[in-house]
Amino acid sequence: MRSIFWRVILVAGFTALAFILFLPSTPVSKRLPSFWADNIPKINLGLDLQGGMHLVLDVDQDKAVENHTQRLAGSVEDALKRKGVAFYNVVREGLDNVAVSYPDERSKGEISRVVKDELGVFGSPADQNGRLLFTLDKGESERIREWSLFQALETIRNRIDKFGVAEPLIQKQGVNEVVVQLPGLKDPERAIQLIGKTAVLEFRLVDESMSPYTAETQGAPFGSEIVYQQGYDSQTGMVQKTPFLVKRDAALTGDSLSDARMAFDTQYNEPYVSLTFDSNGARVFERLTTQNVGKRLAIVLDGNLHSAPQIREPIAGGKAQISGGFTPEEATDLAIILRAGALPAPVNIVQNVTVGPSLGQDSIEAGLKAGLLGAALVLVFMIIYYRASGVIADFAVFLNIIMLLGAMAWLSSTLTLPGIAGIVLTIGMGVDSNVLIFERIKEELHAGRTPRSAINAGFDRAFWSIVDAHVTTLITAAVLFQFGSGPIKGFAVTLSLGILINLFTALVGTKLMFDIQSERFRVKRLSI
Amino acid sequence: MDFVRNTNIDFMSKRRIAFVISVVLAVIGLIAAVSIPLGKANLSIDFEGGVAVQFRFEQPIEIDKMRTVLAEKGFKDANLQQFAEPTKLLVKLKGGEGDLRAVSNSIGSAFTESMPGNPFIIDSTSEVGPTVGRKLQKDALWAVIVALIGILLYVAWRFELRFGVAAVIATFHDVLAVLGIFFLLDKEMSLLIVTALLTVAGYSLTDTVVVFDRIRENMRKKAKGDFAALLNRSVNEVLSRTIVTSSTTLLAALSLTFLGGEVIHDFALALSLGVVVGTFSSVFVASPLLLLWKNKKKPALAKA
Repeated sequence: MRSIFWRVILVAGFTALAFILFLPSTPVSKRLPSFWADNIPKINLGLDLQGGMHLVLDVDQDKAVENHTQRLAGSVEDALKRKGVAFYNVVREGLDNVAVSYPDERSKGEISRVVKDELGVFGSPADQNGRLLFTLDKGESERIREWSLFQALETIRNRIDKFGVAEPLIQKQGVNEVVVQLPGLKDPERAIQLIGKTAVLEFRLVDESMSPYTAETQGAPFGSEIVYQQGYDSQTGMVQKTPFLVKRDAALTGDSLSDARMAFDTQYNEPYVSLTFDSNGARVFERLTTQNVGKRLAIVLDGNLHSAPQIREPIAGGKAQISGGFTPEEATDLAIILRAGALPAPVNIVQNVTVGPSLGQDSIEAGLKAGLLGAALVLVFMIIYYRASGVIADFAVFLNIIMLLGAMAWLSSTLTLPGIAGIVLTIGMGVDSNVLIFERIKEELHAGRTPRSAINAGFDRAFWSIVDAHVTTLITAAVLFQFGSGPIKGFAVTLSLGILINLFTALVGTKLMFDIQSERFRVKRLSI
Repeated sequence: MDFVRNTNIDFMSKRRIAFVISVVLAVIGLIAAVSIPLGKANLSIDFEGGVAVQFRFEQPIEIDKMRTVLAEKGFKDANLQQFAEPTKLLVKLKGGEGDLRAVSNSIGSAFTESMPGNPFIIDSTSEVGPTVGRKLQKDALWAVIVALIGILLYVAWRFELRFGVAAVIATFHDVLAVLGIFFLLDKEMSLLIVTALLTVAGYSLTDTVVVFDRIRENMRKKAKGDFAALLNRSVNEVLSRTIVTSSTTLLAALSLTFLGGEVIHDFALALSLGVVVGTFSSVFVASPLLLLWKNKKKPALAKA
């Protein structure tokens, strides 16, 4: 690369490429031809700059295992009944145990065999005087834990897609966490409601054998339990809880839904959620309504009873509705949640950082103003201190920034407020490489060398200092990237890119300008 | 233009005074570092868990009145902070137990009830659960340790082991010094501050490495005179560069500190302090440390 011509081509080429890459990320993009603006990745603005929400959700995987074991207990009971094996009862115990009480030694052996044949997910049972305790395999419970995280991820993604947020980020973090980032979000409260609902929808028959108030004091009859309807009195603002006695077993669950949408009841001027069952669900629903005309069917969502309409006639066609004092937003969100399916386990919000759009705007303005001023001060300082060579250093810094922006767009990285600080810091440190070179050149000139040999010696001597200085900073940037999250990762990315690009601009860009000076214009005295 | 040229300052002879300053800074830093796990330091909710809500009111507010309002509603431990604008208020409640959403919502409704004539919008909300905070504390500690080990290995590989050790001590010193100053100023230790500290580590190391580079170069020349004289000469030779670079970086960091806005103010302040301390340590800490660890054998610096 001795030839100046080829180096000019190289530097100009990179600069042009950087321009092509980052222009679509700027406000200029509206005036660019669409094939350009639409096909180039863009720099994203971090939540601290545009506002939005960052949530870390902890998936309650224990609960997922517990739910699964609960279902297995049901399957065990079914299997034993089908095979005609005698048993007293089957209950889930703790997270991952199913206990079966047996009447005698003979049935004990049969129970063990049936469970082993029909449900191969348990290890050998422990015998606890009169009960067999089946424990879920370690591997199986691990699988359920893992599956529950991915299922939660998928469900949340579905809900958010239907909610309609531009460029959401939903990913797993660690073994039990999901990170959700919703940039530019307007209504954080609603998003939390939407994401956090477990959305286990159940249709359960109301048990009318006893008044719910009696059941509250005397205990519910076998196979039934009390579920409350939370009513909100719009006049007093009080929350009222009405008890209902319903069957413990769900006649039909949300798994059988094929569609859910918000609809409007013109008669009562009230929004409701209209449900459509899949073919299997429709059959079950028709049978259920046929056999129970006159009874009430409770619609229970996440353990809260929504409504309990009376079945007036058999309902064919697989349509049902949930009504009960919704606002249009609530009905829309509930429909989204039901359509996207239930979370396999409850999620807890362990971290929530929400930045309003106006703070983001303020931050951009302050950050940019400070950044531009800082950069300008540095650039002016360099010209005052190093004269023409200062201009060369500024040129190198300018190249550095252009290429940094280009690289950020290319990687579609996220620009955060600390990222802006990172750019400014890159300028400060980018200048350092030039300072190292210039000081060396000065020393060589003082020692009486000609400009050309001083330049070459200066670059040679400064080379390893520059490399060492860059690598050490790169080490800390890499560590920051590894452990940081959100804005800090943004800072680490900007800093590392800036450092790498600076190696190029200082060693190639600055050198090129000096060579042009000394070889093309044959400068006798360097202005440095 | 030259600030300094052909200086001949005897830096090494001043190493005892510098040593006292460094030790004081480092000890304060150590106290700060020990206070963090003991819960005595001012940790942000990133690390401790809790709630922070930033309000922007329509009319200017009086912070004392707001404090009373919150105390009446049972938020006695709330930490209130007002920014440059009289309409902005930051309320922090540390210790993240229970339903954090409910806590931040009820802070908002306390204001709505008590001051119906002064509506607000919420600029930002952070709710951090206690487990997240503890995890971040651990992560931050690891980050600092891993960064220092990485630096030690690189410098030891490029130079000699004693250079690596000296560089790490100097870097550690700088991180501790900034941490200590922040502790004295009762600034809040947040994730962003840890980032700033690591950046300071990177910056201070750059400074140190440049000086070391010159020392190594001069060692190869097999010049006459003792090692202290060689160190002095090396530091003097790069002094001009040290001053120029520190000034430019400081210019940039200071403008971010004063104009960058509330979100990065402390971050930029830590960077500014780091530039000053880092420059000091590369001259007065890193090089004198090499004197303490004399190489018994003649150094075999043929590589690189």
